[in-house]
Amino acid sequence: MKKNLTAWLCLLPAIAFLGVFMVYPLIDVLVYSFEEGYNFASQSFWETGFYNYSYVLHDPYFIQALKNTFIIVIITVPLSTGIALLISLELSSVKVLRDFFQTVYFLPYVTNTLAVGLVFMILFKKTAYSDGLVSLLIQLFGGPSVDFIDGPYWAKMFVMCFYTIWIVMPFKILILTSALASVNPMYYKAAQIDATPKWRIFYKITLPMISPMVFYLVITGFIGAFKAYSDEVALFGTDLNAAGMNTIVGYVYDMLYGNSGGYPSYASAAALLLFAIVFTITTINLMVSKKTVYYQ
Amino acid sequence: MKIVLEHLTKRFPNRNKKIKEDVVAVNDFNFEIPDGKLIGLLGPSGCGKSTALNLICGLEQPTEGKIFFGDTDVTKLPPENRGVGLVFQNYALYPHLTVRENIRFPLENLRGKDKLSKEVMEEKVLEAAKLVQIQELLDRRPSEMSGGQQQRVAIARALVKRPQVLLLDEPLSNLDARLRLQTREELKRIQLETGITTVFVTHDQEEAMSISDTIVVMKSGVLQQMGEPQEIYDEPVNLFVAKFLGTPQINVFEGKIKDGNVFIGNSPVMSAENYNNSEKEVYVAVRPEGFIVDENGPLSCGFINREVMGRDTSVIATNSAFIGENIRAIIPSEEEIHPVNNTVKFSLKPFKVRIFDKVTEERILL
Repeated sequence: MKKNLTAWLCLLPAIAFLGVFMVYPLIDVLVYSFEEGYNFASQSFWETGFYNYSYVLHDPYFIQALKNTFIIVIITVPLSTGIALLISLELSSVKVLRDFFQTVYFLPYVTNTLAVGLVFMILFKKTAYSDGLVSLLIQLFGGPSVDFIDGPYWAKMFVMCFYTIWIVMPFKILILTSALASVNPMYYKAAQIDATPKWRIFYKITLPMISPMVFYLVITGFIGAFKAYSDEVALFGTDLNAAGMNTIVGYVYDMLYGNSGGYPSYASAAALLLFAIVFTITTINLMVSKKTVYYQ
Repeated sequence: MKIVLEHLTKRFPNRNKKIKEDVVAVNDFNFEIPDGKLIGLLGPSGCGKSTALNLICGLEQPTEGKIFFGDTDVTKLPPENRGVGLVFQNYALYPHLTVRENIRFPLENLRGKDKLSKEVMEEKVLEAAKLVQIQELLDRRPSEMSGGQQQRVAIARALVKRPQVLLLDEPLSNLDARLRLQTREELKRIQLETGITTVFVTHDQEEAMSISDTIVVMKSGVLQQMGEPQEIYDEPVNLFVAKFLGTPQINVFEGKIKDGNVFIGNSPVMSAENYNNSEKEVYVAVRPEGFIVDENGPLSCGFINREVMGRDTSVIATNSAFIGENIRAIIPSEEEIHPVNNTVKFSLKPFKVRIFDKVTEERILL
């Protein structure tokens, strides 16, 4: 009994913190999402039901955010993982200046988001003084002037995906280069003696051996992309609804604190919808991984 | 396929960059491995035997010299074009593939006119599996098998393409003692059955002696001696070879040749008629089985202990001229030892005694 007491005492700080800052808010969000017409000031509501969900699902801003989020997820997760894999493969075969290249690829990870945002502005934003470097480049080859920040939807989405891929790349490269380095070179020697073609070495040996890491990156990539918000703000400012570039997390934030905010019930409903989506996708991922990922 | 090495040399740049001198891993190897034989490359760790193996299979390029398979110069050929099978020390089985997929892997790499149909591949896999007796394990993963079984799979994978040369890098060192004994017999059987010229690397002299047709003894990149196991054991060319082969180790004494006799300390132990006039400081090396317990024997030693093995008995003794800790003599178990005042006397079997020059450590023929 006394032993148990000591154990509980040791656990108490962690349990208290987790309880207050995680478990309770989670339950609270669930409760909020079913309370219709919740009023902050009076802390009262009309009745319980699914109205909040219905409202959110019929809100064009939410639909827009949902669409944006899905586009970002579907484009950036496979692309960033694939490109990171290619770069890591090159990095691990390069001998000269390897450390230099590794540093170059890792720089975005340690660079301040605002500084990155500024660079992207210079590259893409149309101002009174400049059309933005990329737009100027397009015009040089006879293309039209494109405003990537305030212009057409596809241009904005392009910048968004480009930015997201670029910003998540360093971490993926870091993980994948170390995964590649941990593959015992003896397997490659064995494959070489057996006259294995290069693509087959990659497909049959390298990829299965680093598959747990690739899978880890895909899962965390999906979750991270579904939770995208701050990068959108860095590029398009805080009024994402007006820019048409809002995401689900952005929608939740706007519902709480935005100009038209003050609706914790709608925010909670949207948050739980996001949770349901992420949960489903992750489950599917796990099911797929059972067949494709090899754990040593 | 016979293998010929001509002036084969491999130098590596020194790790310590302050030392300009290269490390010579393999120094001027000249020898011929006859077709269909089992060759043991034997030497202590770091003697360059694995490098020699890598040179033969092509994973390393020689600094100088040539390698021939039959009459073909393969020195510049990449490993995949040499037609060699290599078994790695820790087997290098692909852990995510089953045994069947592992053995089939080299076959699936064949392209163009060599491309095999699924049926032929399966047939060859079964044939290789049967050769190493793992037919019932084909659907397992490497992690679900014992070391000995993994070893067999590795051999099957190396053999499935019917290489002209089979190379094994320390094939038995990752197995426990009993499996080692069993597997080395197995190796010999497989080699005899396939008739493939086989080279294996080992630091275990017993392993090399027991299955090799020919042993090549190496030390710091230099070939010391090449010959049949018994020949190397009986007629070592220098002290290193004498000490490296045989357990327990050969017993080395300080001695001299004087007045037509070989002396250990001050005791004349055998005659050396050809050396009547000269006096020479030598090492006298006696195989453990070269001692005879003899009350009138010339070599008087302090008796320490006897270890009964059943088949025979080890006598542990000391002598002031002995180099090392204790003398180990092996005598038949039916012989009795009666140490008088803790002293035991031996006479020596002349054909178990080998004399080496004290300076060069080369063999001196009596």
